[in-house]
Amino acid sequence: MTILIANKVGHQFGGLCAVNDFNLKLHYGDLMGVIGPNGAGKTTLFNLITGVYKASEGSILFKGIEIVGKKPNQIAALRIGRTFQNIRLFRDLSVLDNVRIAHHSQTSYNVLEGLLHCGRYAREEQRIIDNSLRLLAIFNLSHLANETAKNLPYGLQRRLEIARALAISPELLLLDEPAAGMNPFEIDELMGLIQSIRKEFQLTILLIEHQMKLVMGICERIHVLDFGETLAVGSPEMIQNNPKVMEAYLGAIPS
Amino acid sequence: MSEGIIYWLQQALNALQLGSIYALIALGYTMVYGILTMINFAHGDVFMIGAFFCFLLSSTLNLTFVPTLLLTMIGTAILGVLIERLAYKPLRQAPRVSAIITALGVGMFLENFTLALAPYPKHIPMLLENVTWNFYGITLSSIQLVIISLSLGLMLLLDYIVQRTTIGMAMRAISWDKTFVPLMGIPVDFIISITFAIGAGLAGAAGTMYALAYPVIDPYMGIMVGWKAFICAVVGGIGNIRGAMAGAFILGTVEIMVVAFFPSTFRDFVAFTLLMVLIMVRPYGILGKPRIQKV
Amino acid sequence: MMVLLKQRWDALLESAWLVPLLLVIGFGLAFAIPEYHLLSVYIQLILMYIGINIILATSLNLVNGYMGEFSLAHAGFMAVGAYTSVLLTMKVFPVADFPFLFPCAVLIGGLVAALLGMIVAIPSFKVRGDYLAIITLAFLMIVKSMIENIDAIGGPRGMSGIMKLTTLPWVFFWATTLLWMIRNFIYSKYGRGVLAIREDEIASDLMSVNTQQVKFFAFMLSSFCAGIAGALFAHLLQFISPRIFDITKSTDILIMVYLGGIASIGGSILGATIFTVLLEILRPSTMAALLSWLPPFIFTPLNDYVISHLGIWRMVIMPLILILVMLYWPRGIMGLREFRGFIPRRDKQVHPHNFLHEATNNDNSDRQ
Repeated sequence: MTILIANKVGHQFGGLCAVNDFNLKLHYGDLMGVIGPNGAGKTTLFNLITGVYKASEGSILFKGIEIVGKKPNQIAALRIGRTFQNIRLFRDLSVLDNVRIAHHSQTSYNVLEGLLHCGRYAREEQRIIDNSLRLLAIFNLSHLANETAKNLPYGLQRRLEIARALAISPELLLLDEPAAGMNPFEIDELMGLIQSIRKEFQLTILLIEHQMKLVMGICERIHVLDFGETLAVGSPEMIQNNPKVMEAYLGAIPS
Repeated sequence: MSEGIIYWLQQALNALQLGSIYALIALGYTMVYGILTMINFAHGDVFMIGAFFCFLLSSTLNLTFVPTLLLTMIGTAILGVLIERLAYKPLRQAPRVSAIITALGVGMFLENFTLALAPYPKHIPMLLENVTWNFYGITLSSIQLVIISLSLGLMLLLDYIVQRTTIGMAMRAISWDKTFVPLMGIPVDFIISITFAIGAGLAGAAGTMYALAYPVIDPYMGIMVGWKAFICAVVGGIGNIRGAMAGAFILGTVEIMVVAFFPSTFRDFVAFTLLMVLIMVRPYGILGKPRIQKV
Repeated sequence: MMVLLKQRWDALLESAWLVPLLLVIGFGLAFAIPEYHLLSVYIQLILMYIGINIILATSLNLVNGYMGEFSLAHAGFMAVGAYTSVLLTMKVFPVADFPFLFPCAVLIGGLVAALLGMIVAIPSFKVRGDYLAIITLAFLMIVKSMIENIDAIGGPRGMSGIMKLTTLPWVFFWATTLLWMIRNFIYSKYGRGVLAIREDEIASDLMSVNTQQVKFFAFMLSSFCAGIAGALFAHLLQFISPRIFDITKSTDILIMVYLGGIASIGGSILGATIFTVLLEILRPSTMAALLSWLPPFIFTPLNDYVISHLGIWRMVIMPLILILVMLYWPRGIMGLREFRGFIPRRDKQVHPHNFLHEATNNDNSDRQ
């Protein structure tokens, strides 16, 4: 069963080709890594999937639905969650509110019920609060629920971002450099966390990462990008021994 | 020449005159925005103060045109720097909205303070002998000639300063990046003050010329003219100096055309509708460049 | 002793019946004051202006404080509400025979204003910040200019001879109802969406917040309230003209919002009250009456210049106050904090600390 199919996706900024002829097939439950040098088009790829940019060529099918041309919030409502390379929390809001906001599309009351606080409002709000607190508990953030997001230390902000992404109950989770700026000990912790949420929420995960330890440690398949082109796809062992990948990372190997 | 062509040339001349005054004020808006990304809503009132300086100098000291113009420009330049130092500088790190509101407050303060001191509209004495020349039916007055040539001269001078001098280079650098420019040894505060001084000085010149052309002045005259000049800056692409000049001449032309065809009360309506449509279609103005949002 | 008092005080503010009780007392007073002449007509008038200004400040706060945009169009929405309702009460509805038609006229005024609020909401999908501020300004100027050019509604001369239909109970009714609705909106998924848009629009979009819909509702609610306030205002002043609803009116409301504090309903109530009262105190006649106890050798010279010219000088003082507030108190009296009585029980439980619920606790220098 495939959850995401990208078919010949391409995107240009002005004349610059950021992603070209990108093909991807993700099955339910996959954990795939996307690696590549800086500027290879990895984050652009995430932006294309989540609808921040509209792909200029090709199609992306999520659960059989064409998502190219949909707005980011519509795509998120189809249950694709993501985090950001440079943390983008709602900095001045509380930790709890950060998570509550991401429940927007799954809250079923309409604006009249919201204005009058009647009908489904009370039940739904209670459900959101309960679910948010449950998510914070998973990430060991419960005691900080009323703290302002920007006051959290860096590592906790990263975790809160994942918690927030999980609040939209995603089936596909996109993690953009989740281990950036973490020390080896924190990376180990993060690897365990990713594995456990993957199991608990039955997630399909696509992650961008530079930390080889994490990528090689948990990803089942790896997709290598360079200058918007796909260099190689395969298991970690295959990628590690691929001469084209080594060349892209280390420069040409003198023969 | 036919009647029609003469009529249109005459209107074009009027548009040029109006556009020149707008341009001088619009430059102040656009320079401050370029360097601080802040809308200096008090700028229109600096223009008004310029007209009142001109009134004071010419009626009480009986100065002639050239010293009046120079002293007015110096006076408004000092006022501009004072406003920046006292009201805007402390807010440079504050949320942007605080600066906008402070600017609105400064504008209201200037208006009402002037009103408290000068409750009735003032008549400016004749500073220049008004000679009119007639070319094939097109009338050109000496005042028009002075306004147009002087403002074009000032604009060329400004363009030279910004594009060719060290100070201009520093201004462009600050508008590009405020965090690292000080590390390059550029005195940011000084350059910002210079920017305000130049902008306010140009507004002072505009005030003097406006007083020449329309010699009755009152404390609220700066509001509408200020907003219009601001439209010019936005139409041209705010932060872009050549854009502001282009925008000013476009708005001047549009306004003169509207008055030529419709009752004059429609002028503001058309000007602001133009602004609204333009922002929706091309938010970055005619000469501005769109900014790509990074995720 | 002090500790005990403080505990009592906190418990009082905590109690669920405080706000409903205040509402009942307020409503009773709103009926009783005009009926039994408990307060002078002048004070009643000020109370009504305070009520109208509270509606204006709170609804503008929704856009300027909670959403973090900068709208200058509020006076324009007021004008739309005022003109619509006045046309209805003067030309269409036989209000003299059927007084219940007055609230209908007010409501329609608000609805028409809300309809025009959409015109400002649509560009807000594309542009933000300074450019949206300019669009709202342009909208205000267009409304004003259109009214000036329609002769049937008086053009630049305005309309006079409006019946005085706005009474204290009506103002109280509309103010509490609208405030309740705004508060409900803020503490709903839409309100949280508004806050998220202020913080980071792209991130909120990616977190499934339908930003366009949220903006749409926020602008419409805000302009709806402004329209109703305009309608009440018109039937209190009994005279309207385009000059009343110009940029200075918008600036007045901005002062109330930022003086009271952004993103706070309690702050807006405070700001509107302080502003209105201050403006009244600075009136020459009020000042003369207030200072008349002074010995004549001080009072007479003071009165000769300062007090008799206060009308002009208060227009100098008001912007100075605004500038000083911005310089030394950039978020206003209650910036980003809320009076606990206004927070729904459910949200209070998850924010269990102090009586002024702190949404954030240190200054944010890097936000726009």
